Amino acid sequence: MSRMQRREFLNLTALAAGGAFLTSRVVFARPEESEARLVVVILRGALDGLAAVPPYGDRDYAGLRRDFALRAPAEKGGALALDGFFGLHPSLAFLGQCYAARELAVFHALASPYRDRSHFDGQDVLESGSPRPHASQTGWLNRALAAAPARGQREAGVALGQNVPLVMRGPAAVASWSPSRLTALDDDTLARLTDLYAGDALLSTRLADALASNAIAAENGGDGAMSAISNAPPANNAPAANNARYAEVVRAAAGFLRQADGPRVAVFDTTGWDTHANEGGAEGQLAGRLAALDGGLAALKQGLGPAWGHTAVLLITEFGRTAAINGTRGTDHGTATMALLVGGAVAGGRVISDWPGLSSRALYQGRDLAPTLDLRSVLKGLLEEHVGVPAPALEKTVFPDSREAKPLRGLLRS
Amino acid sequence: MRNAFRSAIAANRFGLGARPGELAAIGENGPDWLRAQLLAPAAILAAETLRSSQQILTDAFALRRQIEAARKQAGGTAAAAQAQEVVQQRLPQFLRPIYAAEVTARLANAVSTDRPFLERLTQFWTNHFALSVDKQFLPGIAGSFEREAIRPHVLGNFSDMLLAVETHPAMLLYLDNHLSVGPHSPAALRAAGRGARRRIGINENLAREILELHTLGVGGGYSQHDVTTFAEVITGWTIGGEGNGPNSYVAPGRFAFRAELHEPGAKFVLGRRYRDDGFAQGVAVLRDIARERATARFIATKLTRHFIDDEPPASAVGQLADAYVRSGGHLPTVYRALIDAREAWAQPLTKYKTPSDYIVSSYRGLSLPVDSTHAPIAPFEVLGQRTWQPGSPAGWPDRSADWDGASALMKRIQWADALGARLASQRDAVQLAPELLGANLSEATRSAVGHAASAAQSLTLLLAAPEFMRR
Repeated sequence: MSRMQRREFLNLTALAAGGAFLTSRVVFARPEESEARLVVVILRGALDGLAAVPPYGDRDYAGLRRDFALRAPAEKGGALALDGFFGLHPSLAFLGQCYAARELAVFHALASPYRDRSHFDGQDVLESGSPRPHASQTGWLNRALAAAPARGQREAGVALGQNVPLVMRGPAAVASWSPSRLTALDDDTLARLTDLYAGDALLSTRLADALASNAIAAENGGDGAMSAISNAPPANNAPAANNARYAEVVRAAAGFLRQADGPRVAVFDTTGWDTHANEGGAEGQLAGRLAALDGGLAALKQGLGPAWGHTAVLLITEFGRTAAINGTRGTDHGTATMALLVGGAVAGGRVISDWPGLSSRALYQGRDLAPTLDLRSVLKGLLEEHVGVPAPALEKTVFPDSREAKPLRGLLRS
Repeated sequence: MRNAFRSAIAANRFGLGARPGELAAIGENGPDWLRAQLLAPAAILAAETLRSSQQILTDAFALRRQIEAARKQAGGTAAAAQAQEVVQQRLPQFLRPIYAAEVTARLANAVSTDRPFLERLTQFWTNHFALSVDKQFLPGIAGSFEREAIRPHVLGNFSDMLLAVETHPAMLLYLDNHLSVGPHSPAALRAAGRGARRRIGINENLAREILELHTLGVGGGYSQHDVTTFAEVITGWTIGGEGNGPNSYVAPGRFAFRAELHEPGAKFVLGRRYRDDGFAQGVAVLRDIARERATARFIATKLTRHFIDDEPPASAVGQLADAYVRSGGHLPTVYRALIDAREAWAQPLTKYKTPSDYIVSSYRGLSLPVDSTHAPIAPFEVLGQRTWQPGSPAGWPDRSADWDGASALMKRIQWADALGARLASQRDAVQLAPELLGANLSEATRSAVGHAASAAQSLTLLLAAPEFMRR
């Protein structure tokens, strides 16, 4: 199907599908090229914040991490320099450059309001924006988009994956897209399916959303332009299949956000951060995964082109890991961790942390990095100043029961 | 009319999707058809080609020793590095065909079985005790784990299944318990005496997931202290041939209790005291946890969500939990309470099919042969549910919102379209529609299938129909 034909077909299916289609989409429009973009990356499995952003200047750090402790930047195999107290894991070379270019802000000793140690409840709180697990079927990012000023995209956001993660579920129309190696359907079969689904609210909406996303992907030139970023740098040790999938996801995210009338917010997730055994230090299992993550972010910047200058990429995980290495050369589930905000729109080059220290008295319940910064403060500041979500909506619908978490403002270049 | 709905519900919601002729065979009484499936022998999957976990792990551990030896030998020359690379590939090359054979056998059984309720229950329990093949060795033993630890107990007692699972090498490897060492165990004290730089201690991964995911459920009344203590209780639960030190007295690849790794002393878990009697200490904790009311409720909630509704009706959950407590965790009694629950039969099509459900029901509905020369791995991968790879010990999620994404729907339709094109000349969708969907077949679907432009399109529309997307 050519580009024009597909667009025309979409208009036809819009009429055929009736109400469900119309409510899930808004008018076509051409927003400013300079409009802010947001990418949210969920790191599932609880990323070890003390490994990704090692506080090598803390006098208790080396003792807790033993032979996995990262050394000071000046030493061989040492951390990348940040502010003289914190460093970056040596696998995070691109992020290190961003910090130097003042495009990376690092948050440390940060946590969501969740204080137990279940991945699944932790991710639920991380994504729902509610202080308690399983209190909401919708996510903070979607509710924020619903409260943000309408900008005329077909969809306000896109989830890169077959299904929409909780953070992106809710009242605002969002697309989901994942690369497909299957053959596309012919127009006649699609038209008949659109008819067949007309009486089914869920399926008719989903089919229309899928067609709209495919149209955006096609406008991007299909696989051709989407692969403008040819290859993410290969990562050490990480499984090749995961890296290939990740590279594809990153390419697609850049492709959607580059579009003049495409979505402005993208979300995707990565897994494999649950390092209970043989985590490694400057090299090893975690180092390989961090390198892959870092390479993907570099590819994202390249793929976004000039739009990178208006982009903020937020990397968050459900909680941190134990301060000490466990009996199997890994770390168990913990509490506070780090978060990263990177992009051309970010007022970076700083570590934002009220560091609690790592002495046994300072550790949360005697074992974990103690939380001193509420993740929701970061999210509120970001959503208010970057996405334009009105402050009252942030307090009321986006993060209910969050009065204690004051918005952290000034995270973006003015 | 009501009975016709019940046969469609029995075959599609409780079963794995109707095969042609199945709805007629069920006839008037769907519930009885289900109950009868609970009487026959256990859900064993016998295939001469499949090997035991012990055999597979024995070979896999031997390969790993070769790899380690090659790594030590690799003296820095390019030739040595290349040779090492070749050796390195032997383990995945060994595991891959085992995974393929297991997936093939499992699907072939699911497609052909005339006890599909039992097979769905098997898959439910495997997912409850989930492991994921994205970890070393697991691709080789995920299938044998299901055959050895799950299938023999699907019609038995929960606590027996629990013990079989937590002592199975696959679970011990997946959740790292094979490496967990008591800090005051003889082995740890010896190491400290030698001045070992490496810290030896517990890994609490398995203990936490047993409490959170396998038994009590999160919020089931345990604390961080219970997790840590329980982890100490099950130190020494390991695998022969794994880890450092001598294991000559245990056969490799089998569960082993190694007293020298076990944390000594009596311990308190969930307020109860357990004296130190080695392996039996952990068994006693598991038996007690299996009897907890919280465990009964957690299992009842998951079963009700799986079979009745994403939001499990409280009354049905209560009935299943009561049946569990009354019978001491006798699973067929719990399943019978599920069949007896009014809500199970109240409304057709409450659940959105997972990709796996969708694929299996398509295979059954179209009587697709499972080709043993070409393992059916790809459809599960492409539609987003690679067999035994949920990626986390929580298993695959079980709510519509986790599966009903736009991109996921489009992939299903595209896959159905490819099947339609392949089978156009061999299957008649008009004839199949009532055979597969029974009373759930809508007028819109009947008409769309009947008026399709081609036999291929007709099959595509049948498999993509709203009532075939749900169960």
